[in-house]
This record gives sequence, structure tokens and C-alpha cells, in this order.
Amino acid sequence: MSGPIHIQPGETFTLNVGPQHPATHGVLRVKMEMDGEYIVKAETVLGYIHRMHELMGENRTYPQVLPNLSRLDYLGALGYTHGHVLAVERAAGIEVPERAEYIRAITVELNRVASHLFWFGAFVMDLGGFTPLMYAIQDREHILDMLEAVTGSRLTYCYYRFGGLYNDIDDDFIAAAKAFIPRMRKSLKKYDALVTGNIIFEKRLKDIGPISAEMCRKYGATGPVARGAGIDFDVRKNEPYSVYPEFDFDIPVYHECDSLARYKVRMEEMEQSLRIVEQGLEKLPDGPIMPAKKPKLIKPPAGDYYQAVETARGSFGIRIVSDGGKNAYRFKLRSPTYSNMSLFDEACEGMMIMDALAMMGSLDLVIPEIDR
Amino acid sequence: MIKDTVKQALQDLFPDPEPVAEEVVAPAAEGADTDEDKKKPVKKKEEPRVNGVLERDHAEHGYDIDVQLDPGELLAAVMIIDKAGFFLESITGVDWIKEDQLEAVYDFSRYDFDTCRVVIRTRTPRSAPKIPTISKIYPGAGWHERETHDFFGIKFDGHPHLVPLLLPEDADFHPLLKDFKP
Repeated sequence: MSGPIHIQPGETFTLNVGPQHPATHGVLRVKMEMDGEYIVKAETVLGYIHRMHELMGENRTYPQVLPNLSRLDYLGALGYTHGHVLAVERAAGIEVPERAEYIRAITVELNRVASHLFWFGAFVMDLGGFTPLMYAIQDREHILDMLEAVTGSRLTYCYYRFGGLYNDIDDDFIAAAKAFIPRMRKSLKKYDALVTGNIIFEKRLKDIGPISAEMCRKYGATGPVARGAGIDFDVRKNEPYSVYPEFDFDIPVYHECDSLARYKVRMEEMEQSLRIVEQGLEKLPDGPIMPAKKPKLIKPPAGDYYQAVETARGSFGIRIVSDGGKNAYRFKLRSPTYSNMSLFDEACEGMMIMDALAMMGSLDLVIPEIDR
Repeated sequence: MIKDTVKQALQDLFPDPEPVAEEVVAPAAEGADTDEDKKKPVKKKEEPRVNGVLERDHAEHGYDIDVQLDPGELLAAVMIIDKAGFFLESITGVDWIKEDQLEAVYDFSRYDFDTCRVVIRTRTPRSAPKIPTISKIYPGAGWHERETHDFFGIKFDGHPHLVPLLLPEDADFHPLLKDFKP
């Protein structure tokens, strides 16, 4: 099949982005109908790594499902496992000691910083700058080392238990976290100087990839995508859970609705997460990390329970329909990027392809989490 | 409080006050269930729920308003929700095989500090599951409905593109049905 392709004026052609494409950061495929460089119509095709976690949730007991949750989003896994333990604790009425909740909040926020760092590096690399990725990974490595020491794994954590934690944090962790905060603050300044004001970077993102607040609402977008569209929504504030009401932190919101706004939201969120970690370490109470009384077999009473948490990517929801047995009758995972990505088809119509890919990067996709 | 206004508006969908009054008994029974069945496994199946609006305790269930209605009333309810400024969180199904019914569950929440999560449920017979699509009101429902169709085989009437999303494109099985054999 050789020979040049002749495109007649007004004629469109189909372009497959993915399933194996570096810009999609995973096995995601977008079927684009192109008119030259412009996208006429796009259709996202999913399911390349669909593993049916929801059926596994029905076939296994609640503790057996614990490791599954960290296989959804490998960059910010703790947020997802947090959602699961909170949902089961709500359903089964398990009390959690305060120290455990503090440690959960500290580790989740550290994991959020790690996730945003990786996104930052990968996003700038999508736009052609390779160096920031190296810096970002270096900082992220510190977090992964810290978390590895307490959780036992680098990415796919299974650290939280129903009612508490798998093990307590030690002085090494506290010292490392305390040393990390000023280091990270310095790095954030460095990233700002390195990337944010860059003229090429700005031209690729400013006023590009508009996602309006109304579009967010119709598609159910949450997290930094919604906050970049001027929506002041963060589950940690709007529907407080765990010990988040104890912390003093802000929700960065930008009203520009473009890719640059989503970038700025995430960069500022890292600072806010550091503030939470700082306060958490300061206020960390003494005490047990597991409740004294805990049911041997977790059997939530029959009913329908929902729990939303704010992960690095948005509002993650988990629904447990229980029939009183030791397995869930229905186990639904509401993944944030699934909703965030669903607006891509509409939003990218009429855009140039490189702008659309920059916008896709600003959505912060993790494909295993979309496909579940 | 948005909760009260939405509840009132949804309540108006059920003109007959009788089923609503009956409905108030059901959550109380269930609530008592929750407290008591720590020891004895109460497995007595209560009567199927009557259509109507229920208020739930957010701390216990994670949502505030729980509505059950017929598929025919779904669009009217979703329009009320849309007008009140809710965003679509998710759509999913539950297979109630003992009652020979499939349930579609819609979650809506708000970008607001006046938190309110509304759950709308509608049931359809297992033999011919059919529910009108809400993707005309919430375009984001398109993917969620395709996913629910994948997993449960519920036909969303009027959906523009009801082909498998997460399952292979030639999939003719529905893995979350309770009688599914791999």
C-alpha cells in the first residue's frame, strides 16, 4: 500500500490515536475524523484494559477486594483505597481511631503530590519539554520511598484496613516527611520558574481547550478539570469526610476554563496538600491505629451505601449494595477520569490535533482507572 | 436548603399521597434493622419498595434523597434535577434476580456547599429491560448508559449510540447479571 495520499478539499480522513500512542499515556484510542489538521469529529474507544473490578468486588469478600482498589489508579492509589475503606466502614459501622485517620490523610496527601508531580512531568513532556519530567520524578521518588517504608509497596498500596491501618508510621517517616515539605516548596518555585512563564508553554495552553462550567456539569466532570472551569468543588470541603475538616487549606479555583487553568490548579494543589501534611504531622495524636473492637467477619447490614472521596483526579465514588452477606451484592466504582474523559469528544471538535492532545494531557488521564 | 426544594419538587411527581405515607414506614423498619441485626442475621425479605421519595441520613448512607419511580417518570424527575443545577455522578444497575427485576440507579450531586446527593432508582422487568435515555438532558449519561447496557443488558431507549463501551465490540453477554456464567 504505497503511494502518496491525496486529500481532496473538504474530504475528511480517519485518524486513529492509540490504542498504543505515547500521547494517551496508556491504552486509550480516539478515532478522529480529520479535515487536515482539524478535528471534525472524535470518538473515544475504551475497554482495552477493562478488568471488571466490579464483578471481582461481588465475588470476593470485602477484605479480599482491598488490593483491587489500588490497581485502578496506579499514580494516586491511596485515595482510592481510602474511598473503599471509608465506604465499608460506613456500611458496617466501624469506628476508626483518630490517629489512623490522621495518618490516612497524611499519606493520601503525599500520594496526591506524587500523582500531580508525575502528571506535571508527563504533561510538560507532551508539550515538548523533557527536563521537568526528570526533576519531577526525582521529587516523586522521595515520596515513594517514604510510602514504601510504611506501606510496603511503591505504587499499588494496600495500606488501609477496615477500621485503621496495616502498620503505624515511625519516626523515620515523620522526619522524612518533615524534611520533604521545605524541599518540595523549593521545587515548586523551581517548576514555576522553569515552566509556568515559558512563552511556548503558555502559547500552547492559554485559551486552548475550553471546558466550560456548564459542560462540566452536564458531563459530571470533577477535580482539577472542574476547578479550572471556575467551579469551587472539592469533596474534601463540600462533603467533608475523614479528618479533613480539622485542616486549614484552600481550594485553588481558576475561571479561565482553558488548559492553562487546569495546569495552575494542580500546581497550587500540591502546595495545599503540603499544608495538610504539615498540619497533620503537627496535630498527629497518639493512640492505637486499629479499633479495639472490630467484627471478625465484615458483614454490613442490608442496604445501599455511597461514599465519595477526592482523589488526585476528582471525585471517586463507591457504591456498596449489601444483602447482609460477606460479599457485596453490588460493587460500583465511579471513576473520576471516566466522567472527565467523556467530555473530550465534544470539547475537541473543531480543534487542531496538537491542541486537542495538549488538552487531553490537561485532563490527567490514567487509563486503568477509566476502564476499571 | 436545596434538599427541601428538590424533595418537594420530586414529591410532586407522585400525586397520590398514599404510597408516600406507606413509604415512611419502610425506612423506619430498615433503620431498626440496621441497629438490631448485629447478632442475628435477619434475612426476612421485606415487601418490594413502593415508588416514592425517601429522605436518607447522609452520615449513614452517603446520600440525602432516594427516589424510586417508574421508567415513564424518569425524564420528568431528571429534568427537575437538571433545573436544580445538579451534575451527573454516575449511572449503574443492580440485578434483583429474586424479584426478576433490573434496577437502574442514577446518582446526582451538586457543585455546592449546600450538599445534596440524589439517588434515582427505576426498575424494569428482567426479560425485557428498557428504560428511556437521559442523554438528551445530560450528554454525559451517554457513556454511563452504554456501560450499564454492557454489564446488565438494559436497553436505553433513544440512546444515539448504544454499542459496547468497555466490553469487546462483539460482546453479547452481560457479566454483572447474577445468572451470568463465564
